[in-house]
Amino acid sequence: MSPTGSTPGGNVDPAHPAPAHTAPPARALPGHGEAHRHVLVAIVLNKPGVLNRVASLMRARNFNIETLAVSHTDQPEVSRMTITLRGDDVAVEQAAKQLYRLIDVLKVQDVTSDPTVEHEIALIKVRADDRNRGEVLTIADMYKAKVVDLAAESLIVEATGTEAEVDALIALLRGFGIKELVRSGTVVMSRGAGSIEEAVKR
Amino acid sequence: MGTTDDGPGRTPTATSGKTQGAAERAAAERRRINHMPGAGTPRAEAISAGRREMLTDSHRLQIKSLAERGATRPRIGADAVCEALLRQGVEVFFGYPGGVVLPFYDVLGDYPELRHILVRHEQGGAHAAEGYARATGKVGVCLATSGPGATNLVTGIGNAMLDSIPIVAITGNVVGSLLGKDAFQEIDITGITLPCTKHNYLVRDANDIPRVFAEAFHIASTGRPGPVHIDLTKDALMGECRAEHPDGVDLPGFKPNLDGHPRQIKLAAQEIARSERPVILAGHGVLISDATEELRELAEKAQIPVAHTLLGVSAMDETNPLSLGFVGMHGWKHVNKAIQSADLLIALGMRFDDRVTGHVPTFAPYARIVHVDIDPAEIGKNVAVEIPIVGDVKRVLQALIPQVEAVAPERRAAYLEEIAGWRAESEKMPWHGSGAWRNGQLSADFVVSRIGEATGHDATLVADVGQNQMWTARYGGFRRPNSHISSGGLGTMGYGLPAGMGAAVGRPDKETWSIVGDGGLQMTVQELMTLVQEHIPLRIALLNNHKLGMVRQWQELVYAGNYHSSHLLGPDWCKLAEAYGVAAFRADEPDQVDAVIASARAVDGPALIEFCIAQEQNVFPMMPAGKGLSDLLEEQFEEPKQ
Repeated sequence: MSPTGSTPGGNVDPAHPAPAHTAPPARALPGHGEAHRHVLVAIVLNKPGVLNRVASLMRARNFNIETLAVSHTDQPEVSRMTITLRGDDVAVEQAAKQLYRLIDVLKVQDVTSDPTVEHEIALIKVRADDRNRGEVLTIADMYKAKVVDLAAESLIVEATGTEAEVDALIALLRGFGIKELVRSGTVVMSRGAGSIEEAVKR
Repeated sequence: MGTTDDGPGRTPTATSGKTQGAAERAAAERRRINHMPGAGTPRAEAISAGRREMLTDSHRLQIKSLAERGATRPRIGADAVCEALLRQGVEVFFGYPGGVVLPFYDVLGDYPELRHILVRHEQGGAHAAEGYARATGKVGVCLATSGPGATNLVTGIGNAMLDSIPIVAITGNVVGSLLGKDAFQEIDITGITLPCTKHNYLVRDANDIPRVFAEAFHIASTGRPGPVHIDLTKDALMGECRAEHPDGVDLPGFKPNLDGHPRQIKLAAQEIARSERPVILAGHGVLISDATEELRELAEKAQIPVAHTLLGVSAMDETNPLSLGFVGMHGWKHVNKAIQSADLLIALGMRFDDRVTGHVPTFAPYARIVHVDIDPAEIGKNVAVEIPIVGDVKRVLQALIPQVEAVAPERRAAYLEEIAGWRAESEKMPWHGSGAWRNGQLSADFVVSRIGEATGHDATLVADVGQNQMWTARYGGFRRPNSHISSGGLGTMGYGLPAGMGAAVGRPDKETWSIVGDGGLQMTVQELMTLVQEHIPLRIALLNNHKLGMVRQWQELVYAGNYHSSHLLGPDWCKLAEAYGVAAFRADEPDQVDAVIASARAVDGPALIEFCIAQEQNVFPMMPAGKGLSDLLEEQFEEPKQ
């Protein structure tokens, strides 16, 4: 009995295991790498209950969704979801494969490392009166944000940009007092002529 | 003996393994059958005639219209359900009526080709559908009413999900306008089954029924099989249906990949050519895709020994010298050793369950892995693999076998001899052959192996869950594909009797045995009545140790003998069975076993044998939770306990 010696365990004869100090390396567990933020785009059928199926699956499979944005597309029969979640590459690949198992899911793409346009919208209701309104307006202007509502003691800033840009603006406005804040969650689209929606067209 | 109290007033037929004459018993059974409701009536005649007509495929698609059936009422949703079942080749299904499904039962009599089996509990209906599906390879169907009827199906649906069994579960629901209003017997059953089905539907319009049923059967049986649940509101069942049955389905999001990637298959062939110590791990997928011939061909061409997962048992004839046996937590030691020393694992249609791998970092440490599965999500889920192949096992093997170099037996002789040596060692037991465990008490493995022998290894053996399940998988001696049925993933106690019932209904040409424990049988014992009413010739081997045996085993070996809640009382089984009208036998001693098996086999109709087995016999070897396949606990052959 002579094994090839080219096995992953190295030059150990498995039939006659070597002493303990040359024990084979542990088999790697999938999904234990470094976790970072991933962005998935899913094209799903526009039917009742699909959002529930996606959310239920992610909960049951122990994936933690950070943001989830759902909307219609230009095709009435399909909707589009943008999901951001944290995990290592293998875990997120597993999440995408599990999404694929849903009958109503047509396509899933991990666009994390693709060149994309990635934006979200935030509405921020800030305390602002005659004394500091000018300051708030200046900050909003620097972030290319718009003021969409103005009252004697508050105003609403509408900001669009990447998550990081919106985070930065919110941090600056916090000093004035944020009365209310809503964020849409990230939506993303790949740059260039390719289209995930055309890829699923029948 | 002292294994059990001899209860007072046992009936003569049941006492201490003394068996009545088979002929007398059969005559008594026949008398009872003639008292079955409906027997001999024109309706019963029509049913059997209708079923005979259904036997050929050509008849199946010529489904009579309502007018041809002599009905003058409009076609309603419930008619569409019956037509859809007939179009899908359903001959029998398991159901339980109730308020909102009464419109369905109201028309069911117009479709005598459909055999409805009235179960005694919806869970039994779901398990029977699973047993039917596993024994026949066809889609099993069960039906229940709303609310509690529907929730009672859930255990069976979950079991089908984890074991990839194609079933369609149909439930009724309250009328659409009452949905969400907490109406009587209303529950959000599609919300409940969502995470444990392959797909589910809520149908509120009768005109959707033809399409939904076509899709449901397609989804349940295509790719990796699984349960599909259809919830029908009462108004969908009662409303007029004008929709025709579609010829196909349009499911853009469901296109399973059947053919493995040619490059991956080529790589797999190269891996096999390079390997010196390959092992095939055959799973349920081999049986589902009907690839047992291809499995044998690959194993013999490249001289690769085959290990079976629990659900893969019977994928290869166990008398084939290359068939090693059952792997994992309670698998054979030689099989686990072969995996731990393998340099290549060829995993076919299996999913590296934790009961197979144990502690993953120590699993098959020298092996590279080729993993073939139809579900891409199974690849790399539990174990990182070198050569993933997504595809149907049969098609992948058909593509792979021509590329695999034939290996002369001499090249593997040393390897296979080494495993054979381990095997001789692991199959050695002091009580083997005598049928007696310590103190001469009846040993469970002996009972199982005698059943296998007596039935010529051709019967379908359906296990419950626990020790009885492990003894069945280890000692049943399986030679025919799909002759072993077991609840693997969910480990559902109470599965054995109803699943055996479904298997017996599905394969009337094969003898069917349910091998169950006294704990599991008490969970679904009411289906004995179904066996009698429907005259289903299931044989039930009850391995009675008056214990929740596997719980007791863990308490002995892992929880320092703290036996809490694992001793349970049971009824006088023979009396109970006879009260149901089931022929009953009992054996206490090893030398009674063959005789009671023969007597039970001679019964025309259902029969139960109570085997009073040793109370403290454990299943060995055992891999403790959290440990690896190399850390097996083994039987300590100490002096008998007094």
